[in-house]
Amino acid sequence: MAQTSTMSITLNVNGSDYPLQIEPRVSLLDALREFIGLTGTKKGCNQGACGACTVLVDGNRINSCLTLAAQYQGVSIQTVEGLAHGGTDSSPSEELHPLQSAFVKHDGFQCGYCTPGQLCSALGMLAEYKNGVPSAVCETVCNQPKLTNEEIRERMSGNLCRCGAYNGIVAAIEEYAGKDFMDNKPATREGAR
Amino acid sequence: MKNFKYSVADSLDSAKTALMERSNCRIIGGGTNLIDLMRENIEQPDEIVDVSRLSKQIQQLDDGALRIDAAVKNTELANHPKVRENFPVLSHAIVYGASGQIRNVATVAGNIMQRTRCMYFYDDAAACNKRVPGSGCDAINGINRGHAIFGTSTSCIATHPSDMCIALRILDTKINLESSKGKRTVDFADFHRLPGDTPHLETDLMPGEIITSIDIAHSARGSSTYRKIRDRSSYAFALVSVACILSIKDEIVEDIAIALGGVAHKPWRADILESYLRGTPATEGRFKEAIDREMEAAVGFKHNEFKIELTKRTIFSVLSELKTEENSK
Amino acid sequence: MTLLKKVMERVLQFTPEKEPDPLIGEGKYIGKAMKRVDGVLKVTGQAQFTAEYKFDNIAYAALAYSTIAKGKITTLDTADAESSGGVITVITYKNAPKIGKPALMDPSGGSSGAMAADIPVLQDERIYWNGQPIAVVVAETQDQADEAVSLIKVEYEEEKAVVSFESELPNAKTPKDVLGEDPEVKVGNAEEAYEKSAHKVDHVYRTPRYNHNAIEPHATIAHWESDEKLVVFDASQMLYAFKNTFAKMFLIKPENVEVLSPFVGGGFGGKGSMWQHSILCVAAARAAKRPVKLNLSREGVYRIVGGRTPSVQHVALGANQDGQLEALIHHGTTQTTEYNNFAEQFSFPARYLYNSKTFDIGQKVVHTDTLANTFMRAPGESIGTFALESAMDELAHEMNIDPIKLREINEPKSDPLRHIPFSCRNIVQAYKVGAESFGWDPKKPGSQSDGKWRVGQGVATAYYPYYRFPGKAKAKIFSNGTASIQAAAHEMGMGTATVQLQHFADRMTLPIEQVSMQYGNTSLPESPMAGGSNQTASLGASIEAAVTALVEVCIKAANKSASSPFKGLHAKDVDIKSGGIYGKETDVGCSFVEILKLAGVDELEAEGASGQPFEMLKHSMHSYGAQFCEVRVHSETGELRIARWLACFDAGRIINPKTAESQFRGGIIMGIGMALMEETIYDDRYGRVANPSLAEYHMPVHLDIPHIEIKYLNIPDEHAPLGARGIGEIGITGAAAAIANAVFNATGRRIRELPITLDKLL
Ligand SMILES: Cc1cc2nc3c(=O)[nH]c(=O)nc-3n(C[C@H](O)[C@H](O)[C@H](O)COP(=O)(O)OP(=O)(O)OC[C@H]3O[C@@H](n4cnc5c(N)ncnc54)[C@H](O)[C@@H]3O)c2cc1C
Ligand code: SF4
Ligand code: FES
Ligand code: FES
Repeated sequence: MAQTSTMSITLNVNGSDYPLQIEPRVSLLDALREFIGLTGTKKGCNQGACGACTVLVDGNRINSCLTLAAQYQGVSIQTVEGLAHGGTDSSPSEELHPLQSAFVKHDGFQCGYCTPGQLCSALGMLAEYKNGVPSAVCETVCNQPKLTNEEIRERMSGNLCRCGAYNGIVAAIEEYAGKDFMDNKPATREGAR
Repeated sequence: MKNFKYSVADSLDSAKTALMERSNCRIIGGGTNLIDLMRENIEQPDEIVDVSRLSKQIQQLDDGALRIDAAVKNTELANHPKVRENFPVLSHAIVYGASGQIRNVATVAGNIMQRTRCMYFYDDAAACNKRVPGSGCDAINGINRGHAIFGTSTSCIATHPSDMCIALRILDTKINLESSKGKRTVDFADFHRLPGDTPHLETDLMPGEIITSIDIAHSARGSSTYRKIRDRSSYAFALVSVACILSIKDEIVEDIAIALGGVAHKPWRADILESYLRGTPATEGRFKEAIDREMEAAVGFKHNEFKIELTKRTIFSVLSELKTEENSK
Repeated sequence: MTLLKKVMERVLQFTPEKEPDPLIGEGKYIGKAMKRVDGVLKVTGQAQFTAEYKFDNIAYAALAYSTIAKGKITTLDTADAESSGGVITVITYKNAPKIGKPALMDPSGGSSGAMAADIPVLQDERIYWNGQPIAVVVAETQDQADEAVSLIKVEYEEEKAVVSFESELPNAKTPKDVLGEDPEVKVGNAEEAYEKSAHKVDHVYRTPRYNHNAIEPHATIAHWESDEKLVVFDASQMLYAFKNTFAKMFLIKPENVEVLSPFVGGGFGGKGSMWQHSILCVAAARAAKRPVKLNLSREGVYRIVGGRTPSVQHVALGANQDGQLEALIHHGTTQTTEYNNFAEQFSFPARYLYNSKTFDIGQKVVHTDTLANTFMRAPGESIGTFALESAMDELAHEMNIDPIKLREINEPKSDPLRHIPFSCRNIVQAYKVGAESFGWDPKKPGSQSDGKWRVGQGVATAYYPYYRFPGKAKAKIFSNGTASIQAAAHEMGMGTATVQLQHFADRMTLPIEQVSMQYGNTSLPESPMAGGSNQTASLGASIEAAVTALVEVCIKAANKSASSPFKGLHAKDVDIKSGGIYGKETDVGCSFVEILKLAGVDELEAEGASGQPFEMLKHSMHSYGAQFCEVRVHSETGELRIARWLACFDAGRIINPKTAESQFRGGIIMGIGMALMEETIYDDRYGRVANPSLAEYHMPVHLDIPHIEIKYLNIPDEHAPLGARGIGEIGITGAAAAIANAVFNATGRRIRELPITLDKLL
């Protein structure tokens, strides 16, 4: 016989607390979309394979579909609705986050379904990069890699876009990350090109 | 997915007690494999204990080994200065796995414990001895492009999908386990099993036991690398992967450790190849001979026959790359 | 082609040319790289997709799928599911509401029906394919519905099913038609001409099944406002056909059905025809007496939404000493079912691309007991160009001439089979511009490398026909100086509203900030489906018609006032300029705002309907392109990477370079996936998709895709509305052949079976 027991948890999303009475099996993604009503975060596969559900947890990007909401109490969750400056969930700001503007400018999307995930992932990715996290295309894991175009593409590979807006997305990230970061020499790690 | 009871383990002891006392209780790390399997009804625990908040330290032991707590995230491990400096092959293997998002939540223990990606294992309409012991194996005469070529049995030909574990296999890795009955340490080499006729038993973990940490030390020194061959350039499981440490002195293979991923039910250490090469001239000819010897035991199936040739070529490519690196030292 | 069409085509040749639309030239907005009008909504998460609409008291549905391919359900025990927590109802064929016969999709673009296959929806115990929905669970939450599905127990009486495409090939039959065209075309004796040719190539090419894999899974929300009145949110490329289908199958009046699909998270043909979940969701809402949401799981999409057929294609080309084709032979077989009979038109490129003395073209199909196949981005042309354009490359190699040269030699002056003029064809120029920008310079096959990577260049022709369907639109002006356009059009990422607002603003000579567009629901005038890359041209024509009608309405309304400047004038006597209407000769007139004042109303509106697409019969209308790529193949492991890509298109007027480039790139990227890694794997023992998951169906990720350079000639097609032909599908065509040709150039190995996975290059 199935249990339908629920538990009470509180999620902090984009700075607001959301008390919820949910079953433990509810994923963070469903908690956001179905229980809180923040549908900006998308469900593309529910199996960790597309990245559409990417959100930031204390600044780290994660796939919200493969996590239980209950595991994310007491941390700060940021979704696409919380990226624009000064906005709240109920009244999103007109003023876009510079990365959002860059996406619009470079046409980093078509249908827009993967877009919230791409945006959150890109911000998390840049934070990882600044933290020195290596990637599979780094020549060596011993020193800080240069943020090449190839590095961005490898690090963003957890976010599928079936519309094929990849070029625009990468261009937007490059612009946002700034020329200082960028170094356009191709990396040379064997097997990674 | 069945519903379950969820609790957070605030200490190792409470996790151990929960596992011992409650029936059908499972622990969860990042959840990236367990939740997926629960959604597919492959895993159906009544209770889940969250161990992801337990200690996440990486510390150097007196003997120079690194002790990595079970709940350390894959990204943290790959980025730890001591790992990057001393065990670069481990960093590399980790960042070849999954995606940035998944590595940010996946834990060391969860990665070791992750289950196969065999497509029939995931399909409840299929016969699968791993999911339902005794039901048969749809992969053996079915679609088996991703399957094993070493150590298969007539019950199961699945692979272990981890990248991280392939690197751990060429390090001197120990797994520290605890249950309310006590502690023990097993060699990483002995932890994962071959399928035999019990493919549902994948590791040496006993009921009630928890991985608390792993210790890694060098089994060999030299240049190292991790190479992963897959069906797209990123975010795909390995068709074949190779982790290797090679040191060459005066044209002689001084030391070598090499393990293969994507080819067996467990991380596959290429012992035959290693002993053939160790202490002998590092020539391309001998590399090829050693590879051929290692690969004698490989058996392909309808769609993965190519893995035999691919493995040979990938090992050769890695050995030549490392040889060049060693020679330029 | 039907006899009627053939006669019309002949007759139309003697009619005078229609005046081209003045807007095919430069406009203030047309031709500008403008940002998407819905960009902000999309980057802030405010663009609402189907599954995101909120209804009070909504319930969630989940589907159970058959695990056999053919037979009968003998036991269906839903007791455990029904008593599982949160379950509201479990619907099976035993208790399903009466659902009418499937209203089938009309391949000629009409809106009478939408269903993909003629299989009853949950009305009896029969199983037609492995994965067919056999039960719908409705529960308070998605998790509860999903869990209950796993508790349904079912037994079957299995019958022998035909599921394997390959083993059915000997039984292939000639279909009645291929998208309204003859399945077989013969000119002269191609066999004989081939045998006598100085240069010959003759090979078999294979392509696997593919799935669309839009990142948004299919979803439906159904709400019965009363027993007779239905509102459905559905991710759809075909709103009106959906509306009519719901009406027919639930036996209610079409005017009592409203279908809304404001944003679609990618379609690519997969949301074109209707699949069973839409009907099941509406049935579930009826049974549960609550609004119901049915969001397919990713596995569910693979189980019940068809994809692209596999194909086996045989191409034989014979050429004389000078490279002129003596024989063009293209035959092949695709898969379909008895229930949808869709022969994918892979032979179309061979009918239009080259001159040849003789032709022998033919299509066959095999019927299997599997999920119905359907159109997926450039159905036919995508896989057809793989075979034909690979063969052209093989011929060029055989003759030792440049493959671009070979195509130039065989460039037809008019439609080689229909013998009517091309409307606008600049393929040779596209090659020229492309070759120059790309640095086309292929070396001897297998001769180039960079370290351990072999390097090679490849080229192929992209080709896609022009389609337009009749449709309606409504134009409105308001006293505050704004104007709006309404049509039940679709936005799945093509930039529909963005480009049509550029068009509408230019046509109305208003600043773009003052115009808006409403689309995406059936309370708006009927617009054709979004398919066949027709939307831009179709909407272009219907908006033009609406504006023409609006001018007439404006004149009439203004003329009610004594001071109207339009006395005695008709639409044909005036022009729209400077935000108003002015006499052609007199230049007397006034602004739209003044017209409203004269008429004494706050708004005026008019609906217009575009005519039949006779331009397609009078001219042979197509888009073209040249695809260039450089690949690298690892000499040891066979790994294949795309290093560079450049494509130059001849697709008529480009209305918005920014969104157009994205469409082209998107097509090319899907073509790269098709060539390198994608495959819907069927287990031929069971007729069941073995990789129903985005982790196991590989499509390109960021790292697979280099910068893709897009060029376009931007030569307006005088016979198309706005001078624009479609651009949504052409990008995928020729892409796989360009890659296969580049792989040959890099390695000397010719791969004739997609996908070109590394095992084929070891
Ligand atoms: C789309 C996708 C692609 C992927 N690609 C790759 C890839 O390319 N390479 C790769 O290596 N991996 C890949 N992965 C797998 C990923 O690495 C694993 O899911 C992850 O490492 C599991 O870690 P976790 O902490 O999330 O485990 P969980 O899901 O939390 O747990 C997994 C198992 O470990 C058990 N467990 C957890 N902690 C302990 C403990 N302390 N002691 C004992 N048992 C424990 C759990 O009970 C469970 O059985 C991929 C995953 C996905 C979804
Ligand atoms: S290979 Fe193993 S996991 Fe796969 S179907 Fe066979 S028994 Fe199951
Ligand atoms: S929905 Fe989470 S990764 Fe696809
Ligand atoms: S924009 Fe449509 S999937 Fe990325």
